[in-house]
Amino acid sequence: MSEHAEAASGFLTIGLSHYLTLSAILFTLGIFGIFLNRKNLIVIMMSIELILLAVNINLVAFSSFLGDLVGQVFTMLVLTVAAAEAAIGLAIVVVFYRNRRSIEVEDINQMKG
Amino acid sequence: MTAVPLLGPAVPEIFMAVSALALLMLGAFRAKDSTTLVTWLAVAVMAVAGGLAIHGTHNAITFNNLFVVNGFTVFAKVMTLVGAALTLLLINVWAHQEKAARFELPLIVLFATIGMMMMISANDLISLYLGIELQSLSLYVLAAYHRDSQRATEAGVKYFVLGALASGLLLYGSSLVYGFSGTTSFDGIAAAVKSGPNTIGIIVGVVFVIAGLAFKVSAVPFHMWTPDVFEGSPTPVTAFFSIAPKIAGLCLFLRVLVGPFASMIEQWQQVIILISVLSMVWGSIAAIAQTSIKRLMAYSSIGHVGYVLIGLVVGNEEGARGLLFYLLIYLFMNVGTFAVILSMRVKGKYVEQIADLSGLSKNNPLMAASLATLMFSMAGIPPLAGFLGKFYVFVAAVNAGFVALAVVGLLASVVGAFYYLRLIKIMYFDEPAAAFDPPGWTSGIIMGGSSILMLVFFIIPAPLVDSAEAAARALFLG
Repeated sequence: MSEHAEAASGFLTIGLSHYLTLSAILFTLGIFGIFLNRKNLIVIMMSIELILLAVNINLVAFSSFLGDLVGQVFTMLVLTVAAAEAAIGLAIVVVFYRNRRSIEVEDINQMKG
Repeated sequence: MTAVPLLGPAVPEIFMAVSALALLMLGAFRAKDSTTLVTWLAVAVMAVAGGLAIHGTHNAITFNNLFVVNGFTVFAKVMTLVGAALTLLLINVWAHQEKAARFELPLIVLFATIGMMMMISANDLISLYLGIELQSLSLYVLAAYHRDSQRATEAGVKYFVLGALASGLLLYGSSLVYGFSGTTSFDGIAAAVKSGPNTIGIIVGVVFVIAGLAFKVSAVPFHMWTPDVFEGSPTPVTAFFSIAPKIAGLCLFLRVLVGPFASMIEQWQQVIILISVLSMVWGSIAAIAQTSIKRLMAYSSIGHVGYVLIGLVVGNEEGARGLLFYLLIYLFMNVGTFAVILSMRVKGKYVEQIADLSGLSKNNPLMAASLATLMFSMAGIPPLAGFLGKFYVFVAAVNAGFVALAVVGLLASVVGAFYYLRLIKIMYFDEPAAAFDPPGWTSGIIMGGSSILMLVFFIIPAPLVDSAEAAARALFLG
């Protein structure tokens, strides 16, 4: 019985590396979301959020693994700043929409580059 | 247990933050337009903060190791404050001419400057991130400040998206460094990096942090936002972007790499060499084809960042001295040049094509002479100040054995000289275009003052070199 349980728990234990892998996947999705997305700006803002959340998973996982609270404090601050960043980003998208009547990525083309 | 942290070392920042809030109240409760009043008060606040920084504590760590003050941070903060205050005056001139004067404008600049001072003094990944974000969030707003202009809002969108991406890279790197060294404090990381075998995790973390910081200082290959944002933003805001955040960002770059990651110099040195060479070369080559003077200045600033990064590659006291000295000269060169660009108005409308400068020497000989001096200085022609800046950086590189890097830098500055000298040729030998309106006294004093400074700098470089050297020494002591 105990042998069986151990084997099962060994198989099911979620360790640090699982969290890091998850966060790396989310981070990569966020980066690809910014560079490959040709639709609209809201998707880009969602990708930015995804990147920050990937960082938060990393920080919390490390914090729990190291038994050190600093990582969780860092996460709180990242969440707060992310809210401010989203507010400013949406405000800029709104003024952009007022001028161009569009938030399509391909319409961000007044200047070459 | 200490109940209240030591506030003394942070007095300049605290003073600026409290004053910024007070000025916000002043602007909100005064019925009339108070842009000019708030601008001058903000400049006064920066001057007082600079005085407080110079005469305050020069060696202290406070807020649970989050905040450090030493000779290096004081030097960097004073440079940032000078750059911010001078561009704030230009911003005020522009805002009145464009009928875009709102009292929030100088305040956003003030908040951005507080962020820069915080990041210069950061002694922990957390305070580094918060300082950078306070700066960046204010800068996104500034880029889109001209909210009825299509180009300005587009610049705002581009800056926001790429700036947020850069913050994300920086944070991801910070989280890896935290996880693999077990601490966010710079001193703790330095100890962990020095003692242990450095795992791949910490190296990947450092690379991400470097990528994030390189974005913020617009070094190639993370420069793609720069030309568009520089072109689209209002001209004085572009001036601000090209000066204060670059100075603060490069000083932070130096502090991070030679502080916590000093023992990993073999790992990060190669990355910085690559970034530096690419910036110098691309900054010179891509500028040649530009027709807009603001895009030209964008590539010029990318090139200058490349030269400054040579000082970082060297990674010793001499390199740090060269870096600081270069930044000091860069500050005055750019402020003067942007004062000229801001005076390019024909019948009350701003023009920003290089062709508009044609025959300036006949229409306005003083302005042409001033811009010519600044361009000679940017190209690094002796005995102007720009030459001395490059000289100290290259000497540091050669003394440390990076001869090839110095040679690449020299070649890049020869290519770069082409487009700086082309401006002079256009001003002096081409047929005159429409005459510019006479510049206001603020722009006049700034452009005249900085070009005279470029000319006479070689007579009195000693005190400034000495103070840069003292600052560099303080960086490596603590």
